Amino acid sequence: MTTPSRMPEPYGQGSSANLADILERVLDKGIVIAGDIRINLLDIELLTIKLRLIVASVDKAKEMGIDWWETDPALSSRARRDELTRENAELRERLARLEELEPGRAEKKEAP
Amino acid sequence: MTGLRYVYAVCRPFGTPLQSQLTGVAGDPPRALTHHGLVAVVSHVPERDFAEEPLRRHLEDLDWLTETARAHQGVIDALTTVTTPLPLRLGTVFHDDSGVRTMMEAREEDFLRTLDRLEGRVEWGVKVYAESEPQESARPAQKAASGRDYLRQRRLQTRSHEETWQKAEAFSTRLHEELSAFAEDARLHPPQNPALSKATGRNVLNAAYLVPRAHSEEFVELVDRTKGEMPGMRIELTGPWAAYSFAGETT
Repeated sequence: MTTPSRMPEPYGQGSSANLADILERVLDKGIVIAGDIRINLLDIELLTIKLRLIVASVDKAKEMGIDWWETDPALSSRARRDELTRENAELRERLARLEELEPGRAEKKEAP
Repeated sequence: MTGLRYVYAVCRPFGTPLQSQLTGVAGDPPRALTHHGLVAVVSHVPERDFAEEPLRRHLEDLDWLTETARAHQGVIDALTTVTTPLPLRLGTVFHDDSGVRTMMEAREEDFLRTLDRLEGRVEWGVKVYAESEPQESARPAQKAASGRDYLRQRRLQTRSHEETWQKAEAFSTRLHEELSAFAEDARLHPPQNPALSKATGRNVLNAAYLVPRAHSEEFVELVDRTKGEMPGMRIELTGPWAAYSFAGETT
């Protein structure tokens, strides 16, 4: 195979290429076109940010204003607690609403 | 084979066939789909992996993503040896050939303009790492005789750290200026963390340079000359890549 012009030997590519080099290019660079298969761009962007967190340092990410992990239950115990509290409150509210809808049943239950 | 169409890149028609042993994502060899004066390079991919739901799930799986990203890059890389491809972002998928053609028709002008801008150019990646670890590991040898001694050692250590970063920054800035002056265009990317790159030392510069093929040899020599110029700094050159970092700005 001939190349269009004289080129130096490739550096650090092929199977030995650093994963961060490849990911930052194929995920983050290149042309963005909405295909027929709609992957929510937000999903990809979120993923990219997650990767960037691995790629860049946490300090740098904070500097860039990226601090979503603090509210991601999978990653932050505080967020997990908040999530549980919120879910609890939501369930209690739903229960109260259901009881309101069926007052008869609730009363029957309370009657001795 | 039916299934969906995964698009890697758009380019102008190229005479040379792609390497016959080249397998793309999902193991399907990439093929050329010509429409007007453009070629889309596509693979047939199964719905069970590339329909909306499975694709989204896969994207969260670093192993799948790694394999797919390498396959995607492999095709782009092969294209780069025979033409100037416009790489699309990973995961650009259409239902069928006609979907791909419709997209090419709609973006034809953009593609042609960007192809003109990038024709005959490649991207080189340059990273600088500051290697300060050896100094640190050498330090515990001298044991502090007293609290005051300990504090003095700590202070010296901190100062040497700061000096290292200042030196690294000055060196990177100068190198970036020099390389930018040679290249047609440049981009700064966020520094990489060793978790993915497996590199040692701290990444202080992560840049991409757009260089005509014809000047690539000179560019590589320019980078090579700076290697070893500054003790404690490691310079890493990667490429030639397709112009990933410069393809995005279709206005």
